[in-house]
Amino acid sequence: MKKTVLIILLFLGALCLPGVITAAEKEIICASTTSTENSGLFGYILPIFEKKTGIKVKVVARGTGAAIEMGRRGDADVALVHAKEQELEAVDEGFFVNRHEVMYNDFLIIGPADDPARIKGLKSASKAFQKIATAGIPFVSRGDNSGTHTKELTIWKKAGIETKGQKWYLEVGQGMEKTQRIAVEKRAYTLTDRGTWLATKAKDNVEMRIVLEDDPILFNQYGVMAVNPEKHKHVKYREAMEFVNWLISKEGQQAIGSFKDKNGNQLFIPNAK
Amino acid sequence: MNSMTEGFLKAFSLICNLNQELLDIILLSLKVSGIALIISSIIGVPAGAIIGLKKFSGRGFIITLLNTFMGLPPVVVGLFVYLLLSRSGPLGFMGLLYTPSAMVAAQTILALPIVASLCHSAIVAVDPIIGQAAITLGATPYQKAVAIIREARYGILSSIIAGFGRAMAEVGAILIVGGNIAGYTRVMTTTIALETDKGNFELALALGVILLIISLLINIALHLIQRKGMAETIR
Repeated sequence: MKKTVLIILLFLGALCLPGVITAAEKEIICASTTSTENSGLFGYILPIFEKKTGIKVKVVARGTGAAIEMGRRGDADVALVHAKEQELEAVDEGFFVNRHEVMYNDFLIIGPADDPARIKGLKSASKAFQKIATAGIPFVSRGDNSGTHTKELTIWKKAGIETKGQKWYLEVGQGMEKTQRIAVEKRAYTLTDRGTWLATKAKDNVEMRIVLEDDPILFNQYGVMAVNPEKHKHVKYREAMEFVNWLISKEGQQAIGSFKDKNGNQLFIPNAK
Repeated sequence: MNSMTEGFLKAFSLICNLNQELLDIILLSLKVSGIALIISSIIGVPAGAIIGLKKFSGRGFIITLLNTFMGLPPVVVGLFVYLLLSRSGPLGFMGLLYTPSAMVAAQTILALPIVASLCHSAIVAVDPIIGQAAITLGATPYQKAVAIIREARYGILSSIIAGFGRAMAEVGAILIVGGNIAGYTRVMTTTIALETDKGNFELALALGVILLIISLLINIALHLIQRKGMAETIR
């Protein structure tokens, strides 16, 4: 009996030995968002970057708010996120340096195919939000301080509507894909980035449609910035800057532009200056 | 219903053609939970034994505490370990956040109370006659303890298996402290969560089935050991 236990323990121990002690030489942690990770963008561009520089980029995908917080605490080396105001605030506070705009796409309002709030045909996102509120049709909010959530709050503010405590306003605190899924189940409207929408739509054949797009307020800019080495001495600033500079270089921009999802859609448009 | 059967079919074809990426994820799961289990067993089994065998003041309180910790919500453990290991936290200098080691730490905290508490129960459940008989036969207190632990060995083994189950099935804590980094801290449960988010239900289902198979294998092994033990006892 003792032998058996010993053998089991030894076996488990042997399993553990390799693997846990794997320290690649050059690697950085990139705090980013679910939209970039889940869309497959990182899976496409990071191998190109790694091949060129030998730097491995480990991506932790959170909402923009959480990603910036990771940098503030020194738990990441670089952040690629999409909420300009939050980004600039973090730069002002001195937690990040060298912020650059990298790429953009846009947000969409999606809703049930039969469009119960009669939004189709409208041009303004804030008008659409007003109609949803007046009709009391469920609206699913990310509610997680992400870039999409930040944008959504901006639109509510512009629409002049207080969502707090409203029965039709559902804050789910989940990533974009899950939020869409909840919207489908609840027959609700939601705000989504185009990349995630294209990715899910293709997979699911869901009963959802784009009800509003192309309002300038729905512009979705992504920015990259390095964690300030003066705030956190241990961050790999040089490697992080190599990544930042590659992203905004001609080569990096080309890589972003040539990334296509499974259905051949371009999800991000490079626009570094 | 249709999509579910379809999902299961795809899941099984995925299992039949395991690719390297999937294999790495499974191995990492086993490694992380395996190490967590070894650490919890090394601490938890002796701790459970001492609590079960010795009478000391504060013992009742420790047992209550252990039982409470058995139900620790994984996200709370995740948050706690995160704050501890974050660069801005007390242990930040070690640089362990978003590594497999951080995941081991979180799973150890989750599995340890289960191992210790169930181990304690197993030892308490041993018929007092065993201890009395040992003393009648002239055993020292140490020999008596060994006799009781020997008698409780299958219960102790069960406690370790239960701890392993807790560690393997956990997702909330390791998602926070591991970061679910592809190819580095992505394990089976976090992959299932991610792929469910992404709508890749087949892959998520396939991993779920694999997780079930692993737990089935472990339980079969346990059952065989126990049966062998029963046969020994009868002999």
